[in-house]
Order: sequence, then C-alpha cells, then structure tokens
Amino acid sequence: MSSHESIIREPLITGDNITYAKITDDILVPVENMPNKAWWIGFTVASAGAMLWLYAVSYTFWYGIGSWGLNKTVGWAWDITGFVWWVGIGHAGTLISAVLLLFRQNWRNSINRSAEAMTIFAVICAATYVVSHMGRPWMALYTLPLPNQYGSLWVNFNSPLIWDVFAISTYFSVSLVFWYTGLLPDIATIRDRATGLRRKIYSVLSFGWNGSVKTWQRFEAVSLVLAGVATPLVLSVHTIVSMDFATSLEPGWHTTIFPPYFVAGAIFSGFAMVQTLMLVTRKVLGFENYITMFHIESMNKIILLTGSIVGVAYLTEFFIAYYSGGEYEQYTFLNRFIGPYWWAGCMMYGCNVLMTQLMWFKSVRTNIALSWGLSIIVNIGMWFERFVIIVVSLHRDFLPSSWAMFYPTWVDVSVFIGSIGVFFTLFLLFLRVLPAVAMAEVKLLLKSSSEQEKKKLLEQGHVGKEQAEFYKENLIKYDSVEQAEYSNI
Amino acid sequence: MDSTKYILGIFDDPDEMMKGIDSLKEKGVSIYDVFTPMPIHGIENKLGIKESRLPIAAFIFGCIGLTAAFCMLYYMLVYDWPINIGGKPHFTAPNFVPICFEWTVLFSSFGMVFTYFYSNHLFPGRTPRVMDLRATNDRFVIAVNAKTNTQHDQIDSCLKEAGAVEIKHNDRKYVSYE
Repeated sequence: MSSHESIIREPLITGDNITYAKITDDILVPVENMPNKAWWIGFTVASAGAMLWLYAVSYTFWYGIGSWGLNKTVGWAWDITGFVWWVGIGHAGTLISAVLLLFRQNWRNSINRSAEAMTIFAVICAATYVVSHMGRPWMALYTLPLPNQYGSLWVNFNSPLIWDVFAISTYFSVSLVFWYTGLLPDIATIRDRATGLRRKIYSVLSFGWNGSVKTWQRFEAVSLVLAGVATPLVLSVHTIVSMDFATSLEPGWHTTIFPPYFVAGAIFSGFAMVQTLMLVTRKVLGFENYITMFHIESMNKIILLTGSIVGVAYLTEFFIAYYSGGEYEQYTFLNRFIGPYWWAGCMMYGCNVLMTQLMWFKSVRTNIALSWGLSIIVNIGMWFERFVIIVVSLHRDFLPSSWAMFYPTWVDVSVFIGSIGVFFTLFLLFLRVLPAVAMAEVKLLLKSSSEQEKKKLLEQGHVGKEQAEFYKENLIKYDSVEQAEYSNI
Repeated sequence: MDSTKYILGIFDDPDEMMKGIDSLKEKGVSIYDVFTPMPIHGIENKLGIKESRLPIAAFIFGCIGLTAAFCMLYYMLVYDWPINIGGKPHFTAPNFVPICFEWTVLFSSFGMVFTYFYSNHLFPGRTPRVMDLRATNDRFVIAVNAKTNTQHDQIDSCLKEAGAVEIKHNDRKYVSYE
C-alpha cells in the first residue's frame, strides 16, 4: 500500500482531492441519477436500430435466406462479414482484462469493466449472425452433439465450423463469468448506498458480497487464474474463426498466415471500438480524471502496433501469392485492386494500414478528436477487410461462367445496421445500471499512481530534479491536469 | 454486563488500518475479520490466512474438462459411429485439439468460479452480512469480537492511536436490512 511508485511513471488518476469516497461518487453518478439528455438521445437512436434489427431478422426467418442478396457464387457475404467483425471487436475486452492483468498494466483498471461489457455485447451480436444465417434458427441445435433418432449421428468434429461453435460459446460464457465476478464488489457498493427496491435488487445481484479478507483474497486468486486461462482462450477463438476460411481450398482463404493475422486484426479492431466508446463515455459521463490522456495514448499505441502487424500480414499475403506461383492465388490478390471491387480493397488497405500510420505522431495520439476519428476509420476498415476476404475472394469463381457480383438487399443492410443498434442499446443500458469503471480496482491505484500523490512527492522535494522535469513534461499532454499548478513546484 | 458484541475500528486509510492490525496483534487481541472496499495486499500474511487453494481446484477442473472432451470425441468419432472420410483414419488426433482445449478452459474457469462462490457462500439473493455499510465504499473496518476480547478500553485506545476515524461498539453482529 504505502509503496509509492516511481515519479517518472505517468499518473493514472488525475485531479485534486480525490478520495475513496469521491471515486465512488463520481463513478456512480450515471447509476444513481436519472440519465441525462445525451443518454436519452443515444438510447432512442440505438433502440430504433435494435427494432430495425428485430424486424429484419424476423423477415429473414419468415421468408428465408433468399431475402438476402446471396447467389450461387457468393454464398457467404454480409452475414459472415458481420460475424467476424463483431467477434473481432469483442477480443479487445478480454485482452484488456486478461492479458494486461498478467502484464501488470495498471492502466487497464479504469477501462477493463466497460471493455469487458463491450466484449459480451459484441459476442452477442456475433452470435445473432450465426443463428440468423442458418435461416432456420432451430437448426442451431444440429451443431451440438446431442443424441438423436438417426442412430445418434454425431456432428462432424473434424470441421472448423463445429470448433467455432465450441470456441464462441466457451468464449462468451467465460467472458460473462469473468465480467460478473469482477462486478460483485462494485454491485455491493451500490447496494450499500441504495435504499428500498433498488437495494433489494442490487442485494440479489451482489451475491451477498461483504468485502472480508478471505473474499478478497480468493477473488484475486480467481481473477489471476481466469486471466491466465482467458489469454490463450481469446487467441484460440479468432484462430478457430480464421480456420473457418483457412481450411478451405478457396484462393484467398487457403493461407497458413490466417490465424495470427486474424488475431492481430481482432485486437486491432477491438481496441478501436474501445477507443470509440471510451472517448464518448469519458466526455459524457465526466470520467476525465479516471480515463486520462495516458489511457488514450496507450490505446492508440496498441492500435498502431496491431495495425502495423496487420499491415505486415497483408504484405506477406501478397508476397506469398506471388511466390507460390499459383495462378488462381495470384489472380485473387490482383483482383483486389484491379477487379470490380477495387474500392473495397482500397478501403481495406487505406483505412487499416495507411491511416493508422498517422499514430506514429504524438500530436495525433494525444488529440482526442483525431483519435476518435481514426478509431471509426479503423472500424470501417476492418469491416471492409472481412468483406474483401469473404466476398471478393468468392465472387470470381474458378469458372468465368460462375462469376458474379454481390448486391446487398435492404434486409442485409438492416441486419447489419440493426446489429449496431443492438450493441449500443445494450451498452447504454449497461452504463445506466452498472458502474462503467471498476471502482475497487481504481481505488487500488489512488495511493500509488494518482496525480495528487505524485504532486505531494514533488512538493516534499524527495525527487531528483531531472526526474521531476521528466514527469512534468509528461503531464503536458494531459487535458485533465491543471498545468499552472506545476509551474512553481 | 456489557452488551457489546463486536468492536469496529473504522479507518479511512488502508495504511493506518494495517498499523491498527499490528498494534492489536501486539496486545494479543484476536481479529475477527477485516472488511475493505478493495483488496489489501499483504493483509493475509498479517492475519495468518493461508494461501488460497483455488488455483489447484482450477487445475483439477481443467484436467476433468480435457478428459471429458477427449472421451466424448473418441466415443463419437472413433467408437460409436466412425465415418469414412476419404479413407482417412478415424482417430484424427490433431482435430481433437481445439475442442479439448476449449473444454479445458471452460471447465477450469467455471469450476473455479463456482468453487469460489461455494467456499465464500456467494449466491444470488444471499443476505449480505455487512458490519458497516461504508466498508464497501471508503472505509476500512477491523472487526474484533468483544466477547472473547474483554479489555474493551485497551482495544479502543489501540485503534484510536493507529488512526481510526471512528470506533463502534455494536450490539448486533450485522447491520441487517429490514
């Protein structure tokens, strides 16, 4: 507790007079009060989207998959694009909560809760695609190895699609458990401050948490082991998603680089989505002191790193297509630029590789408006990546007589836009009823990594001059720090 | 006779609370439990609480998951209904890996979390056994059983010296919700 961390590390909590009580008060503002106008506007738009989704999916179930724009050549299009996009987005939450925990990255403490929530909602959106693209949703049962009247004909466990069923459902349920266990102490905080019916509801949800020594001790053991098993899990999930494609014989899909390439892309798109949500949440809910410029810049650095890994994977694909000497393979990759879908290829390579390279500049990484814009661009680019991999690889079949284009119908478009609505509806409801920042974990940082503690160290003069200068220089990027206070320390 | 059941030393600073634990221990006072809004590292050594064995449970559950997945796949693909796929072997071991791995993770995480809930009596709807309502917010509470530790004045002064902001003598164990 009393061990202060080095002054040269950037503070993770800014602001003066932050106490444990103030952390609770600040973070519970949206939970304990009626929502503000911004929330209602967002919720209205998002739930309109969710209604659109409900209508479009019901239409699909009623009239069948024929209501989508699929044809004999392009048998997988926006549905699987949307599925992979959403699953990829989900990966960032687990990465932040598990991998960054193992690496003892304390800045994760203030963003892990909402990132995990985002994971769960994104995987829900992905799962709806899986079910709806079956056309007959009750057929989903046939993906499970259940005893049946055909002599018990089991599922084909040699197929990556079946692995995917197991991977996604394991991923979803483990993420849910991880998230909810982490929520218990914070739900107990709400419970002990509430009265009446609210107290009763949060009391049931809190599982009777009381914060005793053994509860916390075991809680920490559970968090660490869950993080340990969730880390390989999250890597396995997108590996298996990529095998849906990589184990086929389709040019453009049949590449061994897919698993790491997909995992990097998933982390890339997920961090972009976390950034998109976090910047808005921070502003609207007033979390500037807890989600600081350091958090924003750190996330941008990860986006830059993973975006560059994705860029290297793209280059490798092109090189291997050339080097393999396979004509079909070479044509597929050339077709991404000179074929009728050249614009999708440009969106993919432009948004994902070229635009993210801007983040080498510190002025871009620490600019909130630019970071937000770039995070949206990455989201768009990663959607086009999946579209290019799926539709553009399929649309020019081996026989030129089978060449076709894919034109989405209004149902395709509505299911996609609607799924974004579903996602934001769930996320906004989450912000309203559960704390968006893990209070207990932020409280842990108060005495070691907060700006006020570091300022005390500076004032006491126990810090070397060079280190103090270095620290003050680092503070300049923070928008939540009163720079004037540091001029005469 | 004194009706006090529990003496609560309430601190607003975790370091001072740790000092309080030390000085109580010096006086030979046994501590019933400590309630905090966040995990306090190093407290379990002070209170003599053994390391949790939950990771061992997780490992055992993981082994069970691995075995269950392997047995299921072997039974279905090799024993019960072997399917001839291009004359390839029925026992396609590499293809067993993904699902065996997923079930290892699934069983170990669910097994460990439910063991945790079981061992700490956490379940939906359980009545919270809370000694002070601010212990989940901003107060660090040391609870001392007043029946077994009879020198109440000494305990009070001990807690006060360590920096307790408030000392409560409670007639009831839990602040229950009526």
